[in-house]
Amino acid sequence: MRPAPVRCYGSYVGDRVPSQGATGYTVAMARQVVITGLGPVYGLGFGIESTWDAMLQGRCAIGPVQAFDATGFDCTIAAEIGEFKINQYVPKSYRKATKVMSRDIGLAVAAADLAARDAGLLTPGTDPDAGKNDGFEPTYAPSRLGAHIGAGLIAADLDELTAALVKARVPDGSNAGEFDIYRWGNEGINHLTPLWLLKYLPNMLACHVTIIHDAQGPSNTITCGEASAGLSIGESLRVIQRGAADACFCGGAESKANPMAFLRQIMTGRVNTNDNDKPETAARPLTKTADGMVVGEGGGIVVLEAMETFEQRAADTGARAYAQIVGFGASQSINPPTRNVHPDESGRGIAIAIRSALREAEIDPNDIDLIVPTGLAAPVTDRAEAAALRNVFGAALPSIPLAPVKSLVGNCGAGAGGMDFIVAAKAVPEQTIPAVINADQPLDDLNLTTAPAREADLQFVLTYSGGLGGQFAALVLRKF
Amino acid sequence: MTQPIVITGIGCVTPLGCDVQTVWSNLLAGVSAIQPTFHFDASTFPTSFTAQVSEDYDYRKYVHRPEWHEGISRNSAYALGAAAQAWRLAGLDEFDGLDRERLGLYLGSGEGVLDFDNYAASNLAAWDDERGRIDSVKWAAAANERMDAVREIEQEPNMPLSHLAMEFEAYGPAYNCLTACAASTQAIGEATQILRRGDADVMIAGGAHSMVHELGVTGFNRLTALSTRNDSYATAARPFNRTRDGFVLGEGAGMLILETQQHADQRGATVLGRITGYGSSADAFRITDMHPSGRGAASAMTQAINDAGVQRDQVDYISAHGTGTKENDSIETKAIKGVFGERASSVPISSIKSMMGHLIAAAGAVEAIACVLALRDHKLPPTINLHDPDPECDLDYVPNEARDASVKVCLSNSFGFGGQNDTLILEK
Repeated sequence: MRPAPVRCYGSYVGDRVPSQGATGYTVAMARQVVITGLGPVYGLGFGIESTWDAMLQGRCAIGPVQAFDATGFDCTIAAEIGEFKINQYVPKSYRKATKVMSRDIGLAVAAADLAARDAGLLTPGTDPDAGKNDGFEPTYAPSRLGAHIGAGLIAADLDELTAALVKARVPDGSNAGEFDIYRWGNEGINHLTPLWLLKYLPNMLACHVTIIHDAQGPSNTITCGEASAGLSIGESLRVIQRGAADACFCGGAESKANPMAFLRQIMTGRVNTNDNDKPETAARPLTKTADGMVVGEGGGIVVLEAMETFEQRAADTGARAYAQIVGFGASQSINPPTRNVHPDESGRGIAIAIRSALREAEIDPNDIDLIVPTGLAAPVTDRAEAAALRNVFGAALPSIPLAPVKSLVGNCGAGAGGMDFIVAAKAVPEQTIPAVINADQPLDDLNLTTAPAREADLQFVLTYSGGLGGQFAALVLRKF
Repeated sequence: MTQPIVITGIGCVTPLGCDVQTVWSNLLAGVSAIQPTFHFDASTFPTSFTAQVSEDYDYRKYVHRPEWHEGISRNSAYALGAAAQAWRLAGLDEFDGLDRERLGLYLGSGEGVLDFDNYAASNLAAWDDERGRIDSVKWAAAANERMDAVREIEQEPNMPLSHLAMEFEAYGPAYNCLTACAASTQAIGEATQILRRGDADVMIAGGAHSMVHELGVTGFNRLTALSTRNDSYATAARPFNRTRDGFVLGEGAGMLILETQQHADQRGATVLGRITGYGSSADAFRITDMHPSGRGAASAMTQAINDAGVQRDQVDYISAHGTGTKENDSIETKAIKGVFGERASSVPISSIKSMMGHLIAAAGAVEAIACVLALRDHKLPPTINLHDPDPECDLDYVPNEARDASVKVCLSNSFGFGGQNDTLILEK
């Protein structure tokens, strides 16, 4: 195993401007960062063990929409989680607050709970006795624990909102039944619960998580479509590298399994509307037969820790890490004819993020042993991705396995990159490439992995995510 | 010392004007931008007034490819104008040496304005009175007929980012954060970190937001967060005053061009100021309330001061979050006292929200711009409507009239609903 590269924080790592020596500014060493907790909540299960088992079997979470009657929509399938009891993931003292948790918030809260427990972090959220015990000592001091959690545009619950809207209908006359803004302002709005707005603010995912786990350190909410989780993980990485926190919750969560969000996705033109009768084979990312994505829901939160603080607690408690993050890059793709619904066809925007991440990792493209790509299964986006990969990896591309997971869990929006990252992080210590499905006709020279799952020597794994709006985040993981 | 990060451009579109000079003159003159709401008919709402951007504002005069932006929401429209002003002021429209892969964006923009009429009509058309719920098959039919793809997609919070990326051909690191009222302060802080680290040469940073729409006002009215002084709306925003009864909702955008000192020097750009410190924290207390001790606010301020490497007694102006809610202003005052100790009473503090309302996600960027102008002109904008100070708010809030002052170091606070707090330090 090669030694972990040492990086300088504050230095310029690009290739067009003189390095830090020439700028004259002193630089601090960037701290190293490891992944210690994985909290997936997707259609495949709750927690990393059940999720990974499902991955090994290539189980698909896509089926007819359950959350509402979707027969009036052009697409009637989705990858859903089903009902779950949020109380199970919230300490008793905070259960009252679950009333103001929309599904997106609930997914983030559950995923963060699973991640914290997986990492073995002691927080007021994971220790049921924390509140009773004056001498409670969390693993990390509250001011050193941060949270960067990606979120989507949260759709209001239609039943709840409309139950109030109907109070503002014109009662009679030629406009009977129509919405009346005067009645709404006067009387209708009082039928909404006072805290109604707080269910739908995207930053509430992070806020509830910080309250439950007493994370008082740096905190952010990144809202960049399918790049949200990857960018959030990258931001936690930077925050820990520069010493502003020792550990962070990061990732993202979103549910589009409701009529408004579902319709919005269909309106992007990226959704498969031709395979409603074949849900299990509907999502075929990065293949010649890709015919659109399938909408999913999910939350993927992970725990990152500074190597130095992790090693200290590992010596005391035997905590283990999944992998080290050694590279991160962010970029923007530009495709005006599609209003950035799809990345540019040359793949330029995506390639910039991947190259930045490889550069920080100080490795060559052919050092990558596995790629967990975005693979939305939307043909225009898929072709842009393939172009980017060809551009970065060149002749090495056919020999690098790709494991797109959206054939199993759909596109979970702000939660999508969380799943990609978790699969990458789990594959490393398992030294196993999971099974993906619907991959028998890969696009061009892409080396899509197929069932069954197989063992492999995985030193470096790349994952990248992005989509609507054009933002992309790439992360390189290294065996630890 | 890390790589210094400089400000070379500023631009804004706000209720007090759609260019920096107009906004600054109005701020120094203590003008209130608050009016009866005209974006929709709010006459029967508990709050019938807001601070709105002029209806004459037209983003099309700022963009070179209007067809790319057809049908954008107000957020994107404000963002494009503010960014174009900043871009020109920075001289970037006449600079052809820019590496577009090292031009990044970090915005704190909100959700786009809801297509309320069609949304409400679709919901009502699908309501099953008997069962008291939506019939989703009927809803799909109604929504498919009424709703428009562009209007729906434009509501995604990363759309202003996407439009700016197209307009300015930015391929570098690109983020949108939405930490409620703290978002654009956070965006400027994180953009600074990206530049310090060397991941970009130039960043467009700021925010854009309008919640001046039916459900935005509904939501804040239900939270009882808004002032309801419908009879005296022009003086309704009363930060730090005893009779304050909530904030006044505003809208708009503020954008800054940030770059590494090295890049600015190489291209001979005029430096307007520097971002030298940034702090981010969470109250981790309640989604509805700030921690009564102001611990999160104090932590963000302390981190920013330490990051800048300045002494507390060097700070000579604080741009307060100062929303005009009972809770914020007294807790922010307490937090400032906690951080600055005895010196707190001698640092001038003001809230420009008293004049332009609360621009929510965009507030921090416009307030940072006001700090840049204070550094440039050695003038402090006032907190207007402050005639009867709250005994709990006993600091120097620059009441009612602008003031001359020697300004070298400014601190700017933004605290988000839910407890995310961000602070910036700006210097000459």
